[in-house]
Amino acid sequence: MATQQTQLLARTLLTPAVALLFIWMIVPLALTLYFATLHYNLLDPGSESFVGLENFRYFLTDPAFLASLQNTLVLVGSVLAITIVLGVPLALLLDQQVVGLSIVRLMVIAPFFVMPTVSALVWKNLLMHPVSGLFAWIAKLFGVPAIDWFNDAPLFSVILIISWQWLPFATLILLTALQSLDEEQKEAAEMDGARAVSTFIYITLPHLARPITVVILIETIFLLTVFAEIFVTTGGGPGLQTTNIAFLIYSQALIQYDVGSASAGGLVAVVLANIVAFFLVRIVGKNLEA
Amino acid sequence: MGQITLQGVQKSFGPVHIIKGADLDIADGSFVVFVGPSGCGKTTLLRLIAGLEDVTGGAIMIDGKNVVDVPPAKRGLSMVFQSYALYPHMSVRGNIAFGLKMAGLPKDEINKKVEGAAATLNLTPYLDRKPRELSGGQRQRVAIGRAIVREPKAFLFDEPLSNLDAALRVQMRLEVTRLQKQLATTAIYVTHDQVEAMTMADKIVVLNAGKIEQYGSPLELYERPANLFVAGFIGSPKMNFVTGEEAKQQGAATIGVRPEHLKVERDGQGWQGTVSVAEHLGSDTFLYVDCGPLGMLTARYVGELGLHPGDKVSLTPEPGRIHRFDEGGKSIRA
Repeated sequence: MATQQTQLLARTLLTPAVALLFIWMIVPLALTLYFATLHYNLLDPGSESFVGLENFRYFLTDPAFLASLQNTLVLVGSVLAITIVLGVPLALLLDQQVVGLSIVRLMVIAPFFVMPTVSALVWKNLLMHPVSGLFAWIAKLFGVPAIDWFNDAPLFSVILIISWQWLPFATLILLTALQSLDEEQKEAAEMDGARAVSTFIYITLPHLARPITVVILIETIFLLTVFAEIFVTTGGGPGLQTTNIAFLIYSQALIQYDVGSASAGGLVAVVLANIVAFFLVRIVGKNLEA
Repeated sequence: MGQITLQGVQKSFGPVHIIKGADLDIADGSFVVFVGPSGCGKTTLLRLIAGLEDVTGGAIMIDGKNVVDVPPAKRGLSMVFQSYALYPHMSVRGNIAFGLKMAGLPKDEINKKVEGAAATLNLTPYLDRKPRELSGGQRQRVAIGRAIVREPKAFLFDEPLSNLDAALRVQMRLEVTRLQKQLATTAIYVTHDQVEAMTMADKIVVLNAGKIEQYGSPLELYERPANLFVAGFIGSPKMNFVTGEEAKQQGAATIGVRPEHLKVERDGQGWQGTVSVAEHLGSDTFLYVDCGPLGMLTARYVGELGLHPGDKVSLTPEPGRIHRFDEGGKSIRA
């Protein structure tokens, strides 16, 4: 149906939107590229000078870079694992017929609607606080010394908070997928003599392959750039133990006021995200093909 | 062996009684069709036999053993679903083999049986394809393959042909019937299509509102319907029913005459009427005749009489082909 006139018309009509999107993308990118080649420190205004790739060398050889890269990967991997491993059984439970199911579902999904800063504060001050937190109180009930979460297991604590936030998302996606599983297929498996575990392994899990892929892809996009939870709870510490790439870039720019090196870091992060995306799509992307 | 007996089987969902006590004897190796209008409980009855629903009361005996507390897989039955319910991520081979795999059979035995079943159903070239790469008829055959490979005591079919187009349906109808005769395995087949019921069945169970109205061979149902419902349900076009004075003369509350048993003449002695619609099929003509006080009657004329709407005709029932029913709708036998 695409005659030459309609093609021309379509292109003409699309142009403003595409152009706007392009400018929206290219201006920040170009500015970042530009800043990345400058010696540009906010404490020393007016001293900007071209330094070539010096900022990149500085950022990549910084020992903090490798540490934060590792933290980023551990964080993303752990949260993905926790949300999927817990999300599947949770979705299976929510798929059952229970009284008050709509309220239960709402409660389960609620954490996703809490702002990251708010939930991080709640976890930090109400739950994980070593003196006045709920966990400390529970520990005291059993006569165990309270854990100082953000000192003893900082990265794990951050992972816990973020997993709590993202578990509802995984559960929700998996639940909708479960509800689209054909009832007759389960009955056919039942007639074929499959017990609950076999039905889960051979029927339910393969059916969930695609939604799990979606969860992995979407969560990865957001988890690579986690910032608020770290900023509010640990501030990247102790030491570098909870600094991820996003937080490292922030600290370059607004703690050390080094805009040039932060811009270089931002570009490195873009490249890293693309590498991760490339491998992710190769590993799990084939599930998305119809 | 696959002799199935139902004794007073009842099923209710909450306060709604779906099956109000069904008694039935299905002989080993016979092909029994459950037929009835939608909502009559035929699928529920099949699912009760399969074990996918629990009975509210009564007993289901398979080869003399009550199975109401036996899980579906242990009843030795296999089922072909309306949607086929193939496992989409498994190949045809995986689909057919799944039941055997669950039963824990050794690998080479599974392969032998799967290939045997595939050969019977002409599925051998497709064994490594996924269900989505198959046509409707092929999927249907995979579903049947999954059922036969387990060598069940009986097959249960839940409207298996309703998703196929008309031509394929006729062909699959023949294939299913032939396969069942070849395997000599009991089969229970649910359909709402009375043509399928008449052509495939050794015996038909006519269900209405959760009750078995009649159980008998296709011709028995056609020639000696037990009541008004069966008389109206079996046969196409529907049987004509006449009440009032005409019926009283025959000593009945209602009399019924099938369209094919009405003699159509341009001017004769029978019931007088006016043609309101004539359907010309070439081989037959279906006439919808307004017979005044008798109501609208349908008549079949073999061949062409050149009748048009508005023409006057007379209809004469063939003697001995009039069905008589009492006030309760029960058939009166002479």
